[in-house]
Amino acid sequence: MRIHIHGSDEIRSSEITPERIYMNRRRFVGRAAKLAAAAAVSPSLLACAPSPGRSEELSDSGGSGEAGRSGAPGQSGIQERDWSAVRSELDEPLTRYEDVTTYNNFYEFGTGKEDPAKNAHTLRPRPWSIAVDGEVARPAIYDLEDFVSPHRLEDRVYRLRCVEAWSMVVPWRGFPLADLIRRVEPTGKARFVEFTTLHDPEQMPGQRRGVLDWPYVEGLRLDEAMHPLALLATGVYGRDLPNQNGAPLRLVVPWKYGFKSIKSIVHLRLTEEMPATAWAVAAPREYGFFANVNPEVDHPRWSQARERRLGQLRKRPTLMFNGYAEQVEQLYAGMDLRRSF
Amino acid sequence: MPAWTCAARSNGLFLMASSAHRRRAAAKAAIWVSALTPAAWLVWRATQGELGANPIEEVLHRNGWWGLVLLTTTLAITPVRRLTGWHSIVRYRRLVGLFAFFYLTLHFSTYLVLDQWLAWEYILEDIAERPFITVGFAAWLLLLTLALTSTRGWIRRLGARWQRLHRLIYLASALGVLHFYWKVKADTREPLIFGAVIGLLLLARVPAVQRMLSRVRTGPALRAGRHVAER
Repeated sequence: MRIHIHGSDEIRSSEITPERIYMNRRRFVGRAAKLAAAAAVSPSLLACAPSPGRSEELSDSGGSGEAGRSGAPGQSGIQERDWSAVRSELDEPLTRYEDVTTYNNFYEFGTGKEDPAKNAHTLRPRPWSIAVDGEVARPAIYDLEDFVSPHRLEDRVYRLRCVEAWSMVVPWRGFPLADLIRRVEPTGKARFVEFTTLHDPEQMPGQRRGVLDWPYVEGLRLDEAMHPLALLATGVYGRDLPNQNGAPLRLVVPWKYGFKSIKSIVHLRLTEEMPATAWAVAAPREYGFFANVNPEVDHPRWSQARERRLGQLRKRPTLMFNGYAEQVEQLYAGMDLRRSF
Repeated sequence: MPAWTCAARSNGLFLMASSAHRRRAAAKAAIWVSALTPAAWLVWRATQGELGANPIEEVLHRNGWWGLVLLTTTLAITPVRRLTGWHSIVRYRRLVGLFAFFYLTLHFSTYLVLDQWLAWEYILEDIAERPFITVGFAAWLLLLTLALTSTRGWIRRLGARWQRLHRLIYLASALGVLHFYWKVKADTREPLIFGAVIGLLLLARVPAVQRMLSRVRTGPALRAGRHVAER
């Protein structure tokens, strides 16, 4: 599937990397010379598609001379692509891999930002199975590989805005949630999708404390779940997801606060009723079911008008729907976003 | 009396006085060094780029945390004195209190400068509308008052009122804990621990509890005395 993302001036263009720049700046070891003269590729293509199951291999369709000359892979050594060169039109760099993987809210491994990176080694992301049931024609329990393999994996650069007013720009790898939902054939009754994280205090020591009502549950309205921006991610920066980022399978919903993007999913259920989601249960006054990024609706305790992009010193204004208003606002037409926060 | 005897005696007194003085100076130096260590460590980590993905938040939280620790330490001095009979410990209370103020001022300045970049419209909105910031700011204002009136001149000038004024540290500590408690999202363990410790330290100031603490100290001596008498 191709998704057309056109940045408008009003939303100051998204950090969804326009493919032209994305490709222009990609650097490939050894291919540099051959690519030097290649023309820029289609700007409308967002996804670049590695072959399913082999996340190492990247299809390459273009590059520029400028990129070619520098040749060497990024210092982080992440894949053969120099991700540090991937930028948006705004010259907005990706958040460093190191920051993406050491600054996490994943209470199953502790409530400190650095706890998940320290503690998540106890998680065993393979073998892994995922149950899909509820209002579907074909309920099943899948092995992770069977769950993922019918889909073509894509790399997508999304903003991630945490409800705590910090944000990142992350290159995810995954496939559209909509494709999965179509595959399991929802019944006419299905109105919501409920996601559940693994519940196993052995593997997730943070679950020994009742900070939240385990297991973690999240949910989307079916039309939100079918939106082409909603992604089921298996990787980040071209690699498999590190445990602390929600291995082996997580949700990414870029227009909603980060806590909606549930990690380490073991269960998807299609339902008639709105799921009771973890943070809305923990503090219903503070966290709603929708949790759309909205600079005009403050958290009861702090402002949501601005955010700190990790790696940058000054705060920046938060964008409506995290900058994806053009793509998603029709989902909420006629809704009072102050009440349905 | 031969001159040398006199010289020797006064010399001995001088030696005694100077050793007490030296002990005190050493204790103060130790307080300076240990109280400044967290700040120095933070600076060192900053120069090494080891403050993590969100360095401003790290500086903000570290300074606030150490401020609360030192505030708690300041509050602990009087109960410890009562419990142990180590009266001279009170000499160091002002210094520890001022270091608490030092860290909390760093905390507040980090918020003003690094977090907000002196965006006054947002800062005023925060102070006016966000209770956790309102109480944090109030606590800092109280401590500012106490720091400013901590000099000998002010102690003399205020007389008996000085002690009453400086009891505001109780309120400031309570507000500090509330600030922390209201700030965290779900994991309230740490602010609750601070709250419990500070709560106990305040409880230790209730007259009946004070008497009990003094008895704990004199108790063993009395029992020992009785034991001797029985024998």
